Amino acid sequence: MSGSVKVMFFASLREDVGVSELQLEAADTQELMQTLGAQLSAEAMLALAQDNVRMAINQQLIEGTVRLQQGDEVAFLPPVTGG
Amino acid sequence: MSPAGMHKQILVSQDDFDVGGVCEDMRARHGAALGALVTFTGLVREHNPHAGDGSEVAVLTLEHYPGMTESSIEKILDRAERRWPLLEVQVIHRVGALLPTDQIVLVAVASGHRDAAFAAAEFVMDYLKTDAVFWKKEQTQAGTHWVQSTEQDHQRAQDWAQSEGTEQLKP
Repeated sequence: MSGSVKVMFFASLREDVGVSELQLEAADTQELMQTLGAQLSAEAMLALAQDNVRMAINQQLIEGTVRLQQGDEVAFLPPVTGG
Repeated sequence: MSPAGMHKQILVSQDDFDVGGVCEDMRARHGAALGALVTFTGLVREHNPHAGDGSEVAVLTLEHYPGMTESSIEKILDRAERRWPLLEVQVIHRVGALLPTDQIVLVAVASGHRDAAFAAAEFVMDYLKTDAVFWKKEQTQAGTHWVQSTEQDHQRAQDWAQSEGTEQLKP
């Protein structure tokens, strides 16, 4: 069963996607990408799929495909430039 | 590492900060155990060496991810604590729209000895560039663009990682 998750886009990715947050249903991060692909433009998906874009679930960085739970917060983060 | 554990303070805020006030606060907290207090302040400069077109920065806007940004800084401070004998590290990082000459970031390190304080301040600052969750957007006369991370910044963090465990602290 897939749950509803909050998807957040930061900085340049927010501008590429056009919104800062979306609410979606997805069982894991792979399904999340497919669901996003059906909703977003090809350009936005290209931006999200860049090698240097990191994904975080509940504010923890993840690698590969990860299962999602109802209420999870998924964030797409471009390379950081603080300091 | 100090027996009581290092004091950590992290503040992400739109508000400006007072370096002198932070120093007084640290002196009051650590009393005669404090032998060295190093502060680094980062400021918004007009010239962006990465822009390539010589255009001058009018506004620098910093964005963060509340919660994750603070924990990303805390991880850096934990690593500094494991590496050097420190009494306290404070990081203040501003977000929002900043203008040239504005303060952006403060790293303040208190230790018994200057070697540890200098090294840890540089370590924390270098990792703030590569690991802390912030994004900078520059507005110049040529338009606005997101700042790119530099190879040089990543090299500096890489150098710290390679030198881990080789600290030579003078007594």
